[in-house]
Amino acid sequence: MDYLYFPGCTLYTKAKNLDVAARECAKIVGFELRELPNWTCCGATFPLAIDNLMALLPPSRILATAMEAGGNLTTLCSVCFNVLRRTSYLLESDLEKREKIFDFIEMEYRDGLRVPHYLEILRDEVGFETVKAKVKRDLKGLRVAPYYGCLLLRPFDEMRFDDKENPTILERFVESIGCEPVDFPYKIECCGSFQSVSAPEVAIECGYAILKSALKNGAEVMVSTCPLCQFNLDTKQREIREEYPEFQGIPVLYFSQLMGLSFDLPMEILDFQRNDVDPLPFLERKGLL
Amino acid sequence: MGRVGVVFCLCERLGDSVDKKAEGIQETIEKEVDFNWLATHPGVCTKWGIDFLIKAVREQKLEGVVIACVAPKSVGPTLKKAIVRETNGTVLTRCIGLPVGNPEPSTQSETVETLKRSLDELRNEKSPQRAGPSIERAMVVGGGIAGMTAAIDLGNGGYETILVDRLPSIGGRMLQLSETFPTLDCAQCTLTPKTVETGQHPKIQLRTYCEVEKVEGKAGHFTVTLRRKAAYVDWEKCTGCGLCQEKCPQKTPSVFDRGVGLGKAIYTLSPQAVPNKPVINPETCRYLQEGKCRVCEKVCPVDAIDYEQKETFIREEVGAIVVATGFDLYPLSQIGEYGSGSIPDVVDGLAFERLLSASGPTTGEIRRPSDGRVPKEVVFIQCTASRDPDRYMPYCSRVCCMYTAKHAKLYKHKVPDGRAYVFYMDIRSTGKGYEEFIQQGMEEEGTCYLRGRVSRLFQDGEQIMVWGVDTLTAKRVEIAADMVVLATAIIPSEGAGILAQKLPGVETDVHGFFTEAHWKLYPVDTGTDGIYFAGCDQGAKDIADTVAQGSAAASKVQALFAQYRNETSPEAQGQR
Amino acid sequence: MKIEISEKSVRNEIARTVEWVSGQNLFACYQCGNCTAGCPVSFAMDLGPHQVIRYTLLGLVSEVLASNTPWICASCLQCTSRCPKGLDIARIMEALRTVVLRKKERLDHISIVDLTDDLIDRTPQIAFISGFRKFLS
Ligand SMILES: Cc1cc2nc3c(=O)[nH]c(=O)nc-3n(C[C@H](O)[C@H](O)[C@H](O)COP(=O)(O)OP(=O)(O)OC[C@H]3O[C@@H](n4cnc5c(N)ncnc54)[C@H](O)[C@@H]3O)c2cc1C
Ligand code: SF4
Ligand code: SF4
Repeated sequence: MDYLYFPGCTLYTKAKNLDVAARECAKIVGFELRELPNWTCCGATFPLAIDNLMALLPPSRILATAMEAGGNLTTLCSVCFNVLRRTSYLLESDLEKREKIFDFIEMEYRDGLRVPHYLEILRDEVGFETVKAKVKRDLKGLRVAPYYGCLLLRPFDEMRFDDKENPTILERFVESIGCEPVDFPYKIECCGSFQSVSAPEVAIECGYAILKSALKNGAEVMVSTCPLCQFNLDTKQREIREEYPEFQGIPVLYFSQLMGLSFDLPMEILDFQRNDVDPLPFLERKGLL
Repeated sequence: MGRVGVVFCLCERLGDSVDKKAEGIQETIEKEVDFNWLATHPGVCTKWGIDFLIKAVREQKLEGVVIACVAPKSVGPTLKKAIVRETNGTVLTRCIGLPVGNPEPSTQSETVETLKRSLDELRNEKSPQRAGPSIERAMVVGGGIAGMTAAIDLGNGGYETILVDRLPSIGGRMLQLSETFPTLDCAQCTLTPKTVETGQHPKIQLRTYCEVEKVEGKAGHFTVTLRRKAAYVDWEKCTGCGLCQEKCPQKTPSVFDRGVGLGKAIYTLSPQAVPNKPVINPETCRYLQEGKCRVCEKVCPVDAIDYEQKETFIREEVGAIVVATGFDLYPLSQIGEYGSGSIPDVVDGLAFERLLSASGPTTGEIRRPSDGRVPKEVVFIQCTASRDPDRYMPYCSRVCCMYTAKHAKLYKHKVPDGRAYVFYMDIRSTGKGYEEFIQQGMEEEGTCYLRGRVSRLFQDGEQIMVWGVDTLTAKRVEIAADMVVLATAIIPSEGAGILAQKLPGVETDVHGFFTEAHWKLYPVDTGTDGIYFAGCDQGAKDIADTVAQGSAAASKVQALFAQYRNETSPEAQGQR
Repeated sequence: MKIEISEKSVRNEIARTVEWVSGQNLFACYQCGNCTAGCPVSFAMDLGPHQVIRYTLLGLVSEVLASNTPWICASCLQCTSRCPKGLDIARIMEALRTVVLRKKERLDHISIVDLTDDLIDRTPQIAFISGFRKFLS
């Protein structure tokens, strides 16, 4: 069970802690991530102007490369996943645009490429039972708030990832590695996204509301799936605390880090140094290390 | 059949668009279609048009005629009746539609095809024979206010009527209501006299806890097979004393109380139920589920409990059928952004009616289902799952503006220090006295109307967070509410589609409501003579309109019986 | 407080451009405000998304283009996901940004020179790329 893997611009650098742990865990549960050859940045936004074909070129090229290489294409970052999944939907459903784009990139369109998210592979191909069977470290009692954000879920008709109002795939994942999922209403609310570079004060409000809601519902840690969410929810806690001094903070981990922890992977792989809010002291106190 | 003719109505009222179309296809028709006589007329539905038709039928010695015009559903019945009358039922007619607008080749060939089909049908139809008078007995399916009204009218007219309901007793949704707009009179006080009258009427026979299994035959002569579900109680013996219900140890959330109250496994729908005989719910009964209990059997003084009772089938011969199967509400479980039914203090309108009802689970006190506390901030959301073509139902459910205003008022009467907020998009209060009712609620009860939708609801501690908007101030609105009442869309009652399939020629629209023979002129007629409908199974409506349709359907049935008795050729006659 | 509207202002040229670029029919909006109600960043907007649609439709385009709304929008698609009329409001926001950014004046809405080293150091690339894509011409 091999997948072509699209790391995108961030996974080998700022989000190494998402990437490395995920690839290690994949091996443990029985699949391999093969890096897609010749990949480029996907553009990091799906163009919403219907006349903007230019922005569809990079993701189309990435998909075409995967079609050429054969096999299915997976990715970890929610932004990349959204762009690739939506582009793939568009290429399937809009033949006119498809023809134009493929004429331009001079590549051949082939049917049948699937773009599953890593979590979908766990759910649909590996099975959460298998994940559960590989757990080595007992994380029982760890209350985890699963954060989805926008890009995994919306638009529903194109993403078809999970229920748009009440997704549960992360809850099932969290359960499979022995933790207790915490339901909190902000799990599908936006983290502020790219506003953190243009209107940081807005993004801070978004992040604060999400973290506060998770804490209020009894979460001890949060899991995220995306480097941009991670940035707004973890890295930005410093700014949030400046704005709201009473905010106590909460560790935010990539789902792959938590999975790696439950598989008892070495600390170099889990790479918690990269998380701004270091989860180790808390995990230690909780007796989970 | 002998000679057949075709008449195109050019409908001068529509200018020359039809004219051209008819001209355009005339050639094709002459080449491809087999007929004996063809004519056009500028207005067949007028007095002189009808005269023209009758004269032509006589002079051309036609035995069948197809009329093509732009409004076959409303014009057809009139022409048909005129021809039947004038020819003593010896000439058959068909009326087919002509599209309005420019003659597209595709619609042209469609018209030609329809014409051919109609001519074939005419030729294959046997000459009208006297079918004899109708069986002068009617069946009404659904014992809500629509069905009861129809049954009482028919009974008063002297016709034996069988009233079928799938629940153990009659009354329908009104039985669940507290007080009714626009008069705020007690629903029970309006309804009970009707249920009692229905139950005691010498001409009305109740067949409750029954569903329609099969319908055969046609107007005047239907054979209906009913399936009587197993009640596990012998109603012949039962005296309705109620001991069994009192002693039954099994309490589960009651469907009748919309989950905000508990009910027993052996139950009647209300203390005044008609008939006042209980049934056992096999899904919750301890004995039927787990093989232990039999408490009701022990306490029943007349030995009426029968755990072995099986369903039975009953055949009824009737001349006409009125379908009045009413409505359901759009399920909360399907509304994700409002918590999919998982937030206990988010309820639908009928649940709130149960809380308001003196006979309800809280004896009329407004208490939160979660903790029994009296809610002080209550948010009402109109148009939930209505007027929402992208996600839910596209239509307006018609009664929600009014019953929400009623709910807010009644809430305020019961909790004077509470605040009611209503999210609305438009207020539709078109009935008599309705607008006054709304205004009174705003002015005198201080109901706070906020114009806008609510995007999301979620449990936030003990309260429910409401994310709405007031588009009049253009501000996003957040309310931490104690309770939220959703005015969810009115949808056809479950199984209406299946029932429609059993009724020959009866159709439902995309939402499952019964389709009327003509939008305006035949509002209670189905596509089949002898089958009518009334009430919310045709579309959302209030009690007054429902009752009007009930009476309308009953009078249609009586007219049918009379026609079949008097006319020589009832089959060709029909009602339309 | 007064506006004059006429055949010329209602669905004027800019509104038609917005409709074309977004693929949405502004007349389909019945102003329920659900988009504004669920928008996670509407608290910071001058005009709610529903107002933006109304203003654009009526021809009050300069007010819309002067508002911060399209530039605060995070393209989270919550509005799109819940609009009862199936309007893709996020696309309308993008179209409005497009109307501004495609002008020859290049009215950029991020100033790269002002980004601090600390921010550049901490921020993941995707945030910049998507931000630049949305806000630079
Ligand atoms: C919350 C709420 C409050 C309301 N308040 C008011 C008000 O204050 N004033 C007002 O004018 N209107 C009010 N209405 C509207 C009113 O309830 C309806 O107009 C009325 O109940 C419609 O009656 P009906 O007979 O058509 O249907 P129903 O009352 O639904 O009756 C249908 C009957 O048919 C039976 N049935 C269904 N399917 C079958 C089947 N397949 N076989 C056999 N039997 C079947 C059912 O068991 C039921 O007994 C309110 C509606 C709601 C939802
Ligand atoms: S949610 Fe849709 S219909 Fe409602 S105001 Fe917004 S765009 Fe208009
Ligand atoms: S896409 Fe933009 S306008 Fe729509 S809800 Fe998200 S931030 Fe608000």
